[in-house]
Amino acid sequence: MAVLEVLHYPDARLKQVSAPVTEFAADLRRLLADLEATMRAYPGCVGLAAPQVGRFQRIAIVDVSSRPGVRHNGRLVLVNPQVLERGGEVVGREGCLSVPDYTGNVARAGHIRLRAQDATGGYREYGCVDYEARAVQHELDHLDGLLFLDRLVSRRDLFRRKVYK
Amino acid sequence: MKRWYMVTVVGKDRPGIVAGLTEALYRGGANLGEASMARLGGNFTIMLMVQIDAEANELERLMAPLARELALRVHVDAIEGRLHEHLEPNVRIAVYGADRPGIVAQVTEALAGAGLNILDLESDVAGTEAEPIYIMTIDGYARDGVGVLEAALAPIRAGGIEVRLTPIDTLVG
Ligand SMILES: [Zn+2]
Repeated sequence: MAVLEVLHYPDARLKQVSAPVTEFAADLRRLLADLEATMRAYPGCVGLAAPQVGRFQRIAIVDVSSRPGVRHNGRLVLVNPQVLERGGEVVGREGCLSVPDYTGNVARAGHIRLRAQDATGGYREYGCVDYEARAVQHELDHLDGLLFLDRLVSRRDLFRRKVYK
Repeated sequence: MKRWYMVTVVGKDRPGIVAGLTEALYRGGANLGEASMARLGGNFTIMLMVQIDAEANELERLMAPLARELALRVHVDAIEGRLHEHLEPNVRIAVYGADRPGIVAQVTEALAGAGLNILDLESDVAGTEAEPIYIMTIDGYARDGVGVLEAALAPIRAGGIEVRLTPIDTLVG
């Protein structure tokens, strides 16, 4: 396992769309282990997408299990993830390893259902809510070349009440 | 040597203030830092960090022609400022109620007493002239946690002011 270098915006590569994974072999398992090591190297970081470390494949990991009082699915390995359903809208604050020294408010779906492949190519479905749903949507955006900066909302939007459940 | 100044600008709102000011600063060799600009009561107001290799009076001279042309009042202060000094808020506070004297003082005094450092405050008066309502949002850092703030706000709520506290748990991914 290696801690990989994280790309920082304005590196234009962060704005590109990543390609689907077609081979589920040792290379993929090594990249997943490196992503995990890299995420763990940044305290408080709850997700990382492959393009953030310069690998432009549709792969992300998410793990919000360390946050107190948060509903979660444990450690999520998301290969070729697809959102099947989304609902609700919640504004919350986000930052990004690829955008140092800035945080901002972003509106995200409050709950999502997604399908993704695992390290061996098997299909899995997950239901995510609240903080975990936000983390997954943040990481999936990276696969499409989007940063949270693309989705900032104004302070007036903070008056919106949480409407999930 | 380059140093930082805080430039404060106030004038009757009209199109072109920001463009004119930033153009004059750019031509004068200044860098811009963090800024807050808003239309308040028909005035346009600017608080702008400016970095330049010049004395305060030279910086003022750079902006003087535009200030004359657009009838802007410009004030320059040398500051200790630096970029990348952001503090992360851990709580958001939304307040509203029928406008009456003392709301802001009461709310912010209660919050300060409970350990809140205000990082960002925006407020407005809406409603009608006969029945104005006061609306305020604050992002802050609660030194002693959000629970302490809740307790301190009980008397404010009893006075008919709506206050909603939301912990901010910034997601990093
Ligand atoms: Zn990110």
